[in-house]
Amino acid sequence: MAKAKSKALGYLEWWVVFLLPLAPLGWLTYNAWIFNLGADPAQEIVLETGVWAINLLWITLAITPLRRVFKLNWPLRYRRMMGLYSLFYAAVHLLAFATFILGWRWDLLLKELSERPYIIVGALGLLLLIPLGVTSTRGMQRRLGRNWLKLHKLVYPISLLVMVHIIWQIRSDFGEQLVYGLILGFLLGSRMYFYLQRKTRVMRAARAA
Amino acid sequence: MLIKKPDSIKSSEITSESVYLNRRHFMRGLLGTTALLATGSANAVPEYEFEKDLPIYRGPDWMQQKIRESVRNTALSTDDKLTPYFHVMSYNNFYEFGTGKKDPARHAQNFQTDPWKVEISGEVGKPGVYNLEDLIKPHLLEERIYRLRCVEAWSMVVPWMGLSLGDLLKKFDPTSKAKYVEFTTLHDPDQMPGQRSRFSTLEWPYVEGLRIDEAMHPLTMLAVGVYGNAMPPQNGAPLRLVVPWKYGFKSIKSIVKIRLTDKMPNTTWNLMAPQEYGFYSNVNPAVDHPRWSQASERRLPSSLFNPNRVDTLPFNGYADEVAELYRGMDLKKWF
Repeated sequence: MAKAKSKALGYLEWWVVFLLPLAPLGWLTYNAWIFNLGADPAQEIVLETGVWAINLLWITLAITPLRRVFKLNWPLRYRRMMGLYSLFYAAVHLLAFATFILGWRWDLLLKELSERPYIIVGALGLLLLIPLGVTSTRGMQRRLGRNWLKLHKLVYPISLLVMVHIIWQIRSDFGEQLVYGLILGFLLGSRMYFYLQRKTRVMRAARAA
Repeated sequence: MLIKKPDSIKSSEITSESVYLNRRHFMRGLLGTTALLATGSANAVPEYEFEKDLPIYRGPDWMQQKIRESVRNTALSTDDKLTPYFHVMSYNNFYEFGTGKKDPARHAQNFQTDPWKVEISGEVGKPGVYNLEDLIKPHLLEERIYRLRCVEAWSMVVPWMGLSLGDLLKKFDPTSKAKYVEFTTLHDPDQMPGQRSRFSTLEWPYVEGLRIDEAMHPLTMLAVGVYGNAMPPQNGAPLRLVVPWKYGFKSIKSIVKIRLTDKMPNTTWNLMAPQEYGFYSNVNPAVDHPRWSQASERRLPSSLFNPNRVDTLPFNGYADEVAELYRGMDLKKWF
C-alpha cells in the first residue's frame, strides 16, 4: 500500500518536473497568439528562448554539485531531461532567429554566421550540444562505455562558449552576465574542488602504501 | 453618514470632446499658419485616433497652446507608413530608465518634466538658463514625419513635433568659434533608476554632440512632442534631439544643457566603446557595427509572419539632403 502510494507520488513528481520547463514556451506562444509581445515579437521570442536554454543548462550543471555539497540525490533522476530541454530551447532559439529575424534569407544568415563573433560561438555551443543529446539514451551510454563520460565532459567547454556568447552581447549593463558568470563559477569551481580533493587523497594513499 | 458634495464644476460647463477638437481646427485656421498652408509645404496636423486605454501626454498649458497652432511640414516629411503610437511609446531605448525596451514606459511615468530649464552656454552671445517655455514660445511648432534608424538594426517612422535646432540656436547668437554643439541629459539618479545601476558601463549624464553645420541643418530638430501631443516621458520629454540621418542614440533625450564649443565634444557611447560607436554615427549600410550587420533593418512593428526587413539606405534615405555635409570625408574612417 505505502509502496504504491510512493510510486504514485514519484509519477506525480516526474510529471511536474517534465511540464515545468515547458511553461516559458507556453507563455511565449500564448502572448504571441494575443499579440502581446510588443513592437518586436521576434526579438522577444529569440531572447526568451535563449535565456531558458541557458537557465536549463545551468540547472543541468547544478545537479552534481547539489548531490555532492548538499547531499541532495533526487534531482539526479532529471539531469538528462534538463539537458535535453536545454538543447530543445537552444534549437528553438536558433530556429526563431533564422525564421523570425532573418526570414530565412540565406545571404543574411551566412553573413551573420560568418561575421558576428557572438553568433559563431553561440552556434558552436549548440552544435556541440547535439551529440550530447543524441547519445543521452541508456543504450548509447552502454555502447560508448567510458567514452560516454569523456564525450559528455564537452558540456564544460559548451558552458564557457555560452558565457562568451552573452558577454559579447553586452551593450552597457553587465548585471545579468555577472549573475550567470558567478553561478557558473560556483558550478565549475565546486567540480574543480572535488577533483583536487580526490587527487590529493589518491596521492596520500599512494604515499602511505 | 455620507454627504455628497456637489462637483465644483457642473457637467454642463465641461467642454465636450467634439467641441474641443473643433475648436482646435478653428484656432489653427485663425493663426498665421494660413500663409504656410498656402505655399503647399505645410498641412494641418491630423487628429490622430488612439486606442482608448493608451496614455496621452498633454504637457503644460503653454505646450498645448503651441501644439494647437502647429502645422505639418510636408516638404520634410516621409510618406512611409507610420509606426503606431502604441509601439512608439512602449518600445524605447532610454537607459536612464532601464536597459529593457519596455523599461522606460514602465519607470518613467512619474518623471517630472515641468517646469524644465535648459542652460545654453559656451560660444554664444546670450548665454543663460532659460525656461523651456521661453525657448519654445517664439517658434512655430512643426510636425515632421521622420524615419528613425536604431544602431541595433530596427527602425520606426515617427511624426515628431518640434522646431529646427538651427532656428533656436540662432536666437542666442553663436560666435564664430562655435564649431560644435554639445548636449547633456538630466542627471537625477533619484528619478532615473538606470543612473543608479552599479553594473552600467555608461557614464552619466548622457552627452551627445553635433558639428555646427549638422546642428544648423534644417532636418535637425528639437522635438517636444509626438503624434500631435506632448512628448511621453519615455521618449525623452520634454525636449529631445532628432537627427534622422544618424543612428538613434545620437538623438539625445531630456536635454538640460546645450553648449556651443570650438572642440569636438565627448559622446557617451563613443566614450564607452570608441571602436563601435563613432562621433558621426551616420546611418551607413556599408559600415557594419563590429557585432552585427548594418546592411538591412527591420521596420517595426514586425510580425512573426513577416520580419519586415528592408534595405538600409545611406544616411537613412536622407542622402540628397545631407551627403553634402560630408563631401571628401572617408565615411569608413569617420563612422
